[in-house]
Amino acid sequence: MDFWIDILILLVRCLVLALAATTLFAYFTLFERRLLAKFQHRVGPNRAGYIPLPGGKKLFGGFLQPAADAVKLFFKEDVVPALADRWVYLMAPGFAVIPALIIWVAIPLGDWPSGLTFSDGTAVNWLHYAPIDVGVLYLLAVTSIGVYGIAIAGWASNNKYSMLGGVRASAQVISYELALGLSILGVVMQSGSLRTEEIVNAQLGMWNIVPQFLGFIIFLVASTAEVVRSPFDLVEAEQELVGGYNTEYGSMKFALFFMSEYIKLIAMNAIAVTLFLGGGYLPGIKEASIAVTASYGATAGNAVLGLLTLGAFLLKTTALSFLSVWIRASLPRVRYDQLMNLGWVILMPLALLNVIITAVFGVLFPVGDGMAAWMMGGIGVIVIVLTTVLAAPKRAKRGVTLVRSQASN
Amino acid sequence: MLGALIKGLSTTFKYLFKKPVTVEYPEVKRPVRERFRGRHQLRRFGNGMERCIGCSLCAAACPSDAILVVPAENNPAAPNSPGERYAARYEINMLRCIFCGYCEDACPTNAIVLEHQYELAFYDRKASIYDKSMLLVPVEQGHGDIPPVLQQLNRRPSPPAQIDL
Repeated sequence: MDFWIDILILLVRCLVLALAATTLFAYFTLFERRLLAKFQHRVGPNRAGYIPLPGGKKLFGGFLQPAADAVKLFFKEDVVPALADRWVYLMAPGFAVIPALIIWVAIPLGDWPSGLTFSDGTAVNWLHYAPIDVGVLYLLAVTSIGVYGIAIAGWASNNKYSMLGGVRASAQVISYELALGLSILGVVMQSGSLRTEEIVNAQLGMWNIVPQFLGFIIFLVASTAEVVRSPFDLVEAEQELVGGYNTEYGSMKFALFFMSEYIKLIAMNAIAVTLFLGGGYLPGIKEASIAVTASYGATAGNAVLGLLTLGAFLLKTTALSFLSVWIRASLPRVRYDQLMNLGWVILMPLALLNVIITAVFGVLFPVGDGMAAWMMGGIGVIVIVLTTVLAAPKRAKRGVTLVRSQASN
Repeated sequence: MLGALIKGLSTTFKYLFKKPVTVEYPEVKRPVRERFRGRHQLRRFGNGMERCIGCSLCAAACPSDAILVVPAENNPAAPNSPGERYAARYEINMLRCIFCGYCEDACPTNAIVLEHQYELAFYDRKASIYDKSMLLVPVEQGHGDIPPVLQQLNRRPSPPAQIDL
């Protein structure tokens, strides 16, 4: 009987997580559109739904825009191209969306101890679905599975633009996976664990962004490329590929691709928060929950801890999402050779260097040495500055030299 | 390269705090320029008479053939316009009109003028034809004196071809 109740609880939790991720996606699109509009001197979508305030002011202008978009996409005509590989074509959006959703189970979204235990004796945390031993490996694996959806969508559409988009996506994701994995390896060495919650706990004293600054920068660049987002969005370069891999997709199938892309982006930001920015913890949260526990009991204390950590986690994720939008608003798309160059020639050696630095410091200094952490961060900054100076594209010398004309009279 | 990145990011960040240059259109409307060419108006003289004398020069000048003028003789007892004739029908097809302003240039009495109204959407093609009642300004909005060349209604000569016969 207990078994079935556990299954039921798990199902409900999974439903909540999936809905939460979808809602997060919906509101991220609104966040991005409003913010991009601000960056571009526009107003942005502010019509669909607002709370009227006295004096003609409008609060939360546009908060129903995601719902309106969803309704619009639902009612659009659903077309399957005549020469498409029908079943693969129909399955591709699922292949894209499912990995994007299941990333979230291994990310500790906060710390809300439930008092229950799994059958192997580990405590259940309401906000961390699957505290698996190889959490970091799971995250890496699932984020890269997502590219299958894009690749088979490009192939099944039977359209050269889709095909090119799919091929580009595969090549790009494979190239940047290396740098991504190596940059995470630094964090794993720093924390000595592959369990995401232990990585978070190891950052209670000092966030990993300080000792692993180089790794953080590499992770940011590589994760942006991994989720094929601007400035690495060659997969859907409108000027070259119409829409890229999703050219032949319309209606809700397109929405699923869109959704997978954005959920993956948010998930990448969430992973960055987990690995580098201390997860859901901010100074003072533990003390607050202890104080509440002392006066109102453990349940209330746990709830306060859970909600505060979840809030802090979302806050940090939002800050990184702001960075994503900001970068999208600022930087132009890179060329394909530049993309490959950056991935293989710059980021991968840098990530290896980061691993070496972490290893050397790990041997020379005891765990948790603040001084060593700051030194590592300093070395990271120096390395980044040196790289950007040395690896910057050489400014082409003027091809024409002016010569005094030899009059032939 | 780092400098360029920071420069780019700081430029966009500065724009984040500026007021948007776009306006929320149906509520806020930008004024158009003085010489903007929008919807046409048929003007009147100061005494309320129609300026249009039904000469059809605007229809002849129109490159997209958007204007229809059907002239008629004025009733001498109660003339619609100074001069011999007036426009009994005056229609402009706003779907054909390209707002070039040639009709304005062709008009000898400055009767047709392109004004500043630009919200010209309609639900069907029939509604795109603006007739005289829609184009003509109200009586009290006339201006200007009738030029002497048009004030010869009473001493109209016999048809010139018949003078010598």
